[in-house]
Formats: sequence, structure tokens, C-alpha cells
Amino acid sequence: MGFDKLVFYVFAAVLVFAALRVITCRNPVHAVFYLVLAFLNSAGLWLLLEAEFLAMTLVLVYVGAVMVLFLFVVMMLDINVAEMRAGMRRFAPVGVGIGILLVVEMALIVRSSAFSPEKFGNLVRSPADYSNTKALGSVLYTEHVYAFEIAAVILVLAIIAAIALTLRKRPKTRYQDPARQVSVRREDRVRLVDVPSEKRG
Amino acid sequence: MSFQIPAFAPALPEIIVMTMACAILVIDLYIAEERRGLTYLLTQLTLVIAALATLGGMPVEPQVTFSGSFIRDTMGDLLKAFIYLMAAGVFLYSRDYLRARKLFTGEFHVTGLFGVLGMMVMVSAHSLLTVYLGLELLSLALYAMVAYDRDSLQATEAAMKYFVLGALASGLLLYGMSMLYGVTGTLDLALLAERLADSDRGDPVLVFGIAFIVAGLAFKLGAVPFHMYLPDVYHGAPTAVTVYIGTAPKIAAFALTMRVLAEGLAPLHADWQQMLVVLAVLSLALGNVVAIAQTNLKRMFAYSTISHVGFILLGILSGTADGYAGAMFYAITYALMALGGFGMILLLTREGFEADNLDDFRGLNERSPWFAFMMLLLIFSMAGVPPTVGFYAKLAVLQAVVQVDMVWLAIVAVLFSVVGAFYYLRIIKLMYFDEVEDRNPLTAAPDLRLALSVNGLAVLLLGLFPGGLMALCIGALT
Repeated sequence: MGFDKLVFYVFAAVLVFAALRVITCRNPVHAVFYLVLAFLNSAGLWLLLEAEFLAMTLVLVYVGAVMVLFLFVVMMLDINVAEMRAGMRRFAPVGVGIGILLVVEMALIVRSSAFSPEKFGNLVRSPADYSNTKALGSVLYTEHVYAFEIAAVILVLAIIAAIALTLRKRPKTRYQDPARQVSVRREDRVRLVDVPSEKRG
Repeated sequence: MSFQIPAFAPALPEIIVMTMACAILVIDLYIAEERRGLTYLLTQLTLVIAALATLGGMPVEPQVTFSGSFIRDTMGDLLKAFIYLMAAGVFLYSRDYLRARKLFTGEFHVTGLFGVLGMMVMVSAHSLLTVYLGLELLSLALYAMVAYDRDSLQATEAAMKYFVLGALASGLLLYGMSMLYGVTGTLDLALLAERLADSDRGDPVLVFGIAFIVAGLAFKLGAVPFHMYLPDVYHGAPTAVTVYIGTAPKIAAFALTMRVLAEGLAPLHADWQQMLVVLAVLSLALGNVVAIAQTNLKRMFAYSTISHVGFILLGILSGTADGYAGAMFYAITYALMALGGFGMILLLTREGFEADNLDDFRGLNERSPWFAFMMLLLIFSMAGVPPTVGFYAKLAVLQAVVQVDMVWLAIVAVLFSVVGAFYYLRIIKLMYFDEVEDRNPLTAAPDLRLALSVNGLAVLLLGLFPGGLMALCIGALT
């Protein structure tokens, strides 16, 4: 067994363990941390596949940004775990049944010859100095410019929708007016008062 | 590496709509509340300019640009023109409704325009990637619009359901697409069809992929058994949004199905035909039967949509040029009928009163014989009664099904249409033979009345002279 195979199995084993812990953990904060672990391990798998850009994005975007946001939300919401588990026993048989069905179906497909390595010809390892970030960059703004622009429009729409749905002016809310804060002059705020000195004695 | 700058001209309508939507977003910030009508006018203007750009530059030969991710052809141009028309109608019908509910804002119009852009991307998609992105753009706009009335608990619930189930459907679609990509190594629809023609048909991965893709498409179309969200969304959303969801996106969904199944997966027709048969029969049965039990008109229209989707699927599954043309004709005319049907609800609605129950149409003939007649035309058309266009649309689809020797399917469709006629005719009975309860005069604006009259008469005229539109549909697909 080569070294990279060993690395693969270590990463894969930790990944599966972490993913299982995400859904079996009682404490939602712990579950989020297990998800972070799962992401880090899948980033390791990407590296093994020579997809270093995806690995980096997974760590930077998901672990760095999305999961931190998740953590904030989980900590801010008062999640009642007992309440969420109320129907567990009742729904478990159905869930397990569907789960097994899905696994069997997928196993039938994935084990079929369509995914065998021969089907994909001889995969060659790229040389060490091959940069797949560079390769992605060279097609992202050229060949895929249309898709890239639409993705940008989707993000704009998401921003508009999020603001339109949450922004509401409440008459009682006290908010700061940055323009007034910036244009404030010294005379408006500071008053010099002559205080006669006292003699301590 | 050499790279040639792609031709931008074929995508001119998309560029116009996107630029204008962004411009309106900014302009709207500087408009005083009482002059918000300007935003509305600019939105309509955008649709008119886009229509001119689309129809003015109609190509004879299909043009593919942006490295094969965009196609401009006659089918796309025709469908886009109708999408603009529906969207313009939606904005017109919903204007006063939104005003009365203090929802008449720039964001509604901008979101609506981005939705139109999403539909245009779907219609012009030439790769699985653009198909998916266009669909996401449209869906995101729709989720936001459904939730737009934040104080309504019903609307929020509907938006939540729509969002969660819609995301699931997008996931299914994406999963299916990744399977196809795995087998063929391309996202380009034309290349996909080419490579599938040479590949092993019985490949389980392909069948697996198609199953996921068909499930995703059925979800977006609202076909049984993937229809569960539809009645709740139609019912819960503000009527102005329901009319948006119920019209133009149906045309776009037809285009989506055509691009993915009829173009990309054409060599696997036999595989997806079986799946569509099941979806079509279930949709026709459930849509028509469950609609009978509804007392809310929006909910009833939702079930009626499900049954109409069954008919559109019948045309597509036949797999012939006639069938595709019939389905296209059906999708366009159905959108027109739905526009009129929801328009009638908006006509009767006034400040603080929602006319979305069947009982609100009681004795409409006494209140306004003209609009009762318009509703009669629209309802006859949905039921498929000659001489309205609904009859002709059903006929065209059924002919296509009979041509491919699936007579039993045609018989099932006709039988369930007869069942469906019951709940359509009940509305007519309510309007003409029942005592009027609500004697308030109609307060709708003159342009809304005019547009609704044109809409109702169009359903009749297209039924009397269907040749023109049918010729356009056939021309677009050959």
C-alpha cells in the first residue's frame, strides 16, 4: 500500500467519523465543530486529487466564513435539543428504511462498470509545478464568462432579496447617522469649563 | 493560450434587461414614495425594449456563442417574446393590488425583472451549466417575491416551503447533471446529444442521471408526485406574486424541459418517455380530481395548473415535432389563460378585501356582465370548450399523442378533462345563476379593465384563428 493510499484512508475515516458525529451529537455547537473537521478532511482529499484550488476554497470559504457564521447562529438561537428529538423514536424506522434503500440503490450504480477506472482512460499525474488555480483562472473569465456573469447576477439578486425582506424601519429604533457623526464639529460637542482650582489641604 | 472574444450581439436582450434592472434599482432609491409610478413605467419600458431587441434581431440560423453556453434560435426568441408579454401583463395587473397593500416598491419590480432575466437565460441555455444558473436565478426571485408580504404568516410559510423544496429539487437536478457529465464529459447540450447517441444506452449511470433530472424538472414544472408545494405557494403568496408564478415561469419551464430532454437527451427519448407518461397521467388525475374539493380560487387554479402541466408533458413525451409544437402552443396559451384568470381575482380585489374565494364570484353577472363574460371565456378555455383556444391546444397535444400510437393516453387525458370540466363549470354557475352577495362596484383602473378585456378576447380570437400562432410554433421547432 502506497503512502498516498494510507493518507487517503486516514482522511476518509476521519471524514466519515466526523460526518456521523455531526448528526449524532447532542450539543449543536459540537456538531458545528465536527462539521468543520469534516470539511478540513475533505479538503485533504481534494489535495490528494491534485485539486488544490478547491481544497483552498473549501477551507477559506466554508471553514473560514460559512462555519463561523453558522456558529454564531447556533449560539444565538436557543435550540431546544429535547424538543427536536421528540419525534425521533417514531420517525426512526422510516428514516432508517429509506436510508438503507438509498444506500443499496447507490451501491448498485456506483459499483457498476460505468465508474471503473478503465472507463476514464489512463489518468496521468500532473507535474509538480502544474497549477490548477492558474488553469481555472484562465477559463473562468474567458470560456465561462457567461456563466460567471449570471452567477454574479444571482448574488446581486440574493443581496437585494435579503435586504428587501429584512430591512424595516421601526420608529422606535435608535440608529446612528454616520453623515452627522462625521460632520460634527468640535464646538458642538466640547465645552470648556473653567474650573477654579481647589486647594487641597 | 488563444481566446476569441465571443459574439455579444445574440445576447443583446439579456444584456438590456440586466442593465435596466440594475439601473432601476439605483433610480428607485432617488424617487419619492408618491412618484413610485416611475419605477413601474421604467419596468414596462424595459420589457418593451427587450421585446424590440428580441424580435428585431430574430435570426434565421441558430447562433451559438459564449463557448457553446448560449443559443439564440427562433424557438427561444418566440418564447422570450411571450415571457415579456406575460411579465408586462403581470406588472400591470398587480400594480393597484400592490399599492393598496403598501407593497408597491422598487424591489418588487427589480426582483421581477431579474426573474425575467432568469427565464431568458433558461430559454437560451445551450449547456447544462446555464440551464442550472438560469433556473436558480428565477427560483431565487420567486422565493423572495413569495415572502414579500412579510406580515402575512401564510406567505412566509409558503415561501419557506417553496424555498426548502425548491432547493431540494435543484439538488436533484444538479446530481443528475453531474451523472450525465461523468458519462459524457461535456455540459454542452448539442455535444451531449452527439455523445449519447454513440454511447451504451443501457448504462445504469445514464438511467440514474435521467431519473434525477426528470425528477428535478417535474418539480419545477409542478407535476405529480412532485407537486406538494404548489397549492400552498399559490394560495399563500400575495395574488400579485401568484399571477407572476403562474404565467411566465410556465413558459420558461417548458423551454427548460425542451432544452434538456428534447435537445440534450434526445437519443435517450425512450427512457424519459416512460417517466413522463407516469408523471403526465398522475398529474392529470390528481390535478383534476382534487381541484373539485377546493373552495379557494387560487388553490383551485393551482390544481388546475397541475393538470395543465400533465397536458404539456403529453406533448413533450410524444417526441415528435408536432408534439413539441403542440406543447409549446399549449404552454403559451395556458400562460395567457392563467394571466386572465388571476387577473380576474385582482380585478375584484380591493383595499382590505381579497376576492380569492369561489363565493366572491357569486352573481358576478349582475355586477358586471362584461367581466363575467370575460371570466366565462377564460374558464371555458381552461376547461377546453370550443371555440376558445384551450380546446385547440388540447386537440393539438392529443393529436400528437395519437400519432405516436398512445391512444390510451389520449383517452385518459380526455376522461380527466371531463372530470375537470365540473369545477370549471361550477364557477360559471356561480357567476350566472347564483344570487349576488357582494354588491360593491368594481373599482379597478381603466387600463387594467382594458388589458383584461383584451386578454379575455385574445383567448376567444386565438381559438377562432389558431393557425397563426400554431404556424409560428411549428416554424420555431423545425
